[in-house]
Amino acid sequence: MNETILTIKNLSVYFKMGTRITKAVENVDLVLKKGETLALVGESGSGKTVTAMSILKLLPESATYPSGTIEFDKKDCLTISDEEIRKIRGNKIGVIFQQPMTSLNPLHRIGKQLKESIFLHQQFSNSEADERALLWLERVGLKNPSNKLASFPHQLSGGERQRVMIAMALINEPDILIADEPTTALDVTVQAQILNLIRDLQNEMGMAILFITHDLTIVRKIADRVAVMKDGQIVETDLPETIFTKPAHPYTRHLINSEPKGRPDPASEDDATLIKVEHLKVWFPIQKGILRRIVDHVKAVDDISFTIKKGHTLGIVGESGSGKSTTGFAILKLNNSQGKIILGENSLNDMDKLAIRQLRKRMQIIFQDPFGSLNPRMSVSQIIGEGLSVHHPGMTPAQEENEIIAVMEKVGLDPETRQRYPNEFSGGQHQRIAIARALILKPEFMVLDEPTSSLDRSVQFQVLELLKKLQKEFHLTYIFISHDLKVVKSLCHDIVVMKDGVIVETGDSDKIFSHPEHDYTRQLIATAFQGQQF
Amino acid sequence: MPVKKINLKKFRLSKINQERWNRFRSNKRGYIGLYLFSILFVLTLFSELISNDKPLLIYYDSSFYCPLVKEYAETQFGGEFEAAADYRDPYVIELINKKGWMINPVIPFSYNTINYNLKGPAPSPPSKTNWLGTDDRGRDVVARLLYGFRISVFFGLTLTICSSAIGIVAGALQGYYGGTVDIFGQRFIEIWSSLPTLFLLIILSSVVQPNFWWLLGITLMFGWMSLVGVVRAEFLRGRNFEYVTAAKALGLSDTKIIFRHVLPNAMVASITFMPFILGGSITTLTSLDFLGFGLPVGSPSLGELLAQGKANMQAPWLGLSAFILLSLMFSLLVFIGEGVRDAFDPRKVY
Repeated sequence: MNETILTIKNLSVYFKMGTRITKAVENVDLVLKKGETLALVGESGSGKTVTAMSILKLLPESATYPSGTIEFDKKDCLTISDEEIRKIRGNKIGVIFQQPMTSLNPLHRIGKQLKESIFLHQQFSNSEADERALLWLERVGLKNPSNKLASFPHQLSGGERQRVMIAMALINEPDILIADEPTTALDVTVQAQILNLIRDLQNEMGMAILFITHDLTIVRKIADRVAVMKDGQIVETDLPETIFTKPAHPYTRHLINSEPKGRPDPASEDDATLIKVEHLKVWFPIQKGILRRIVDHVKAVDDISFTIKKGHTLGIVGESGSGKSTTGFAILKLNNSQGKIILGENSLNDMDKLAIRQLRKRMQIIFQDPFGSLNPRMSVSQIIGEGLSVHHPGMTPAQEENEIIAVMEKVGLDPETRQRYPNEFSGGQHQRIAIARALILKPEFMVLDEPTSSLDRSVQFQVLELLKKLQKEFHLTYIFISHDLKVVKSLCHDIVVMKDGVIVETGDSDKIFSHPEHDYTRQLIATAFQGQQF
Repeated sequence: MPVKKINLKKFRLSKINQERWNRFRSNKRGYIGLYLFSILFVLTLFSELISNDKPLLIYYDSSFYCPLVKEYAETQFGGEFEAAADYRDPYVIELINKKGWMINPVIPFSYNTINYNLKGPAPSPPSKTNWLGTDDRGRDVVARLLYGFRISVFFGLTLTICSSAIGIVAGALQGYYGGTVDIFGQRFIEIWSSLPTLFLLIILSSVVQPNFWWLLGITLMFGWMSLVGVVRAEFLRGRNFEYVTAAKALGLSDTKIIFRHVLPNAMVASITFMPFILGGSITTLTSLDFLGFGLPVGSPSLGELLAQGKANMQAPWLGLSAFILLSLMFSLLVFIGEGVRDAFDPRKVY
């Protein structure tokens, strides 16, 4: 068990693009022992994927290796020939990638892709390969494996596709499995299943796993050892207990401290109701046939009701496909819905388009993709000030300028940078720009649609602190849509749990976290907080 | 990083467009093509000053006369007839030179001036007076080329701009609103684009004497569809972008969203297309003229010169000169088009 099978010594990877050199990895030392799970942790841009991909030389042409060796099976992976490395790929070392959809060829059936892996490395006949493929699909826990052999990737769900990927990676029983954030794109419950599967297979096969992730919860669950990376260098390598209880390096400390914690500032029960949603339905019609007859509906949101008090934060929790974002959009009248949506004294579904446009300055939204919600051709000042031109047409350019500078300072952006374009800012700053754009109109409430799920933990922490601060200062009401229960716990006063378009549980956040009633809620909480005390 | 001061002057290009312009400039073929084409076009804009049968300026009897602007009778210069002075008549030339001087344009022929002093029958070969010879009526070929180029390019530019404007609007509305607007629009365009423009023009020419504006109108009415497909596709794609939803959430009206957020994306594809639409428009006019259904008889036209060249194979200077000019013009347009396309290539931006 203690035998070393992979040694990375002093590895450096530089990317050369024209005259620009990007130092992705610098002097990294890593050791992987037989049968152990090494978690490689770091934020986006830290170099974890580059390090792992260089083991199999899967990096693009622009990658250069100014120093270092990667020793596997008594050979240096960096210097052996292409033919030799091909013998290792998929055979001795398997890889699982992050995005299950794009890693599978959409034009080939699952069976064909599985067998491809077998035929490349072993001499099997067609029927033997078929048997083997079927065996592995069963082993990774797919239901109806014989049907799945003949299916295409788009006919499978995300979790099923990831299982197929795992089967493909392990079908030749490699010594090492490189798992590059395999569960990031999956729902929380599916995540748990996939992690359990990987662990079971590891125990069965005795292979080593290099697990790349930025999620410390997963690290807690599965790692035997942890290596922390920052800016292309390894800052700390240790056992998980030590890392979490006595982190040595300041960056590790910083990472651990960025886990969402605390509780929202208390809000009074006596506050007036700001938003009331009654029997909200968002049904998308399914049209079939030449005459486009409506045969059925996709019931994204199916009869839900809740209220939100002024100054409170309501968390809408659920997995992808549960209807949470659709609800948020429906409240903002960004899609069509039935039922009553009451904001203050206005019933939004009974108003015409023009009246709703007037009302929009009272309700704003922050989107999930920070960069996608900003027009790349507009400068930051134009983006932030756009709302002003609609709702305050009488303002002079000078007044507008002052408002923009004021709100930029409020969200923590340097007003001197307001003439730059979005691509010159980082992800966290994009969200600040989006928050500024919403805030400048002095809204009463904001829908936050998973605003931090694509951000790194430490950046997430800063953005969430900013949102808390703004809520206190401007007495804002938030609807916080998320699948991340840890973040919801630290931010929300009331919670609504959604599944398949309906509300399964609702209540005060303290009550829900301490005494969840519905099974689904219990499952979500267990998966999110596994291995921790509340 | 020092902050760039953005000038709000209208003529300053945005950063993205500045980059595109620089990229276009680095494409030697496209840039030189644009340079040459512009020189040619500007040159032919001043055709009246280069190739005319009237002098530019006359100094007679201590006063200036400008025959380009005003018509003068022969008697003004001491002649006998009240008729308009024919400045090519040696008698008139003598009268003027007696009491003053005149400045003649470089080519002393306009597009419809017939050279009566030919040594042989028209069409006559190139000589010292007619640098590229004369056509079958005795008109100077160089003059015909100059004026013809100007009219062709002018027709092409007007047709391009107008049809692009209509096409972009139609595509934008269909793409942005989708649904029934799109269905009806597309079906209408399908039917409309199957109408034969040529036959309509033939019918028209039997009813009315078509002039420049008639031709422009008809071709425009049946030819605005070229950009609709591209713009519609861009709008169908662009309206799903998150920053469009964000703009809706801010309360922007549909018109503002279309112009500010979605249209700039569509313009990239449209601008890339435009040099080729220009080439196509010029071809349309030239082909109509060649067939005889274009500009009225007597107008300077490259297509008509080509037709004459075909009818007078013994006079190769007719066909060849028109061919060379047309090839040059289309080649330049294609080079410019390729340069624009490469400069706007989205894979090279951000």
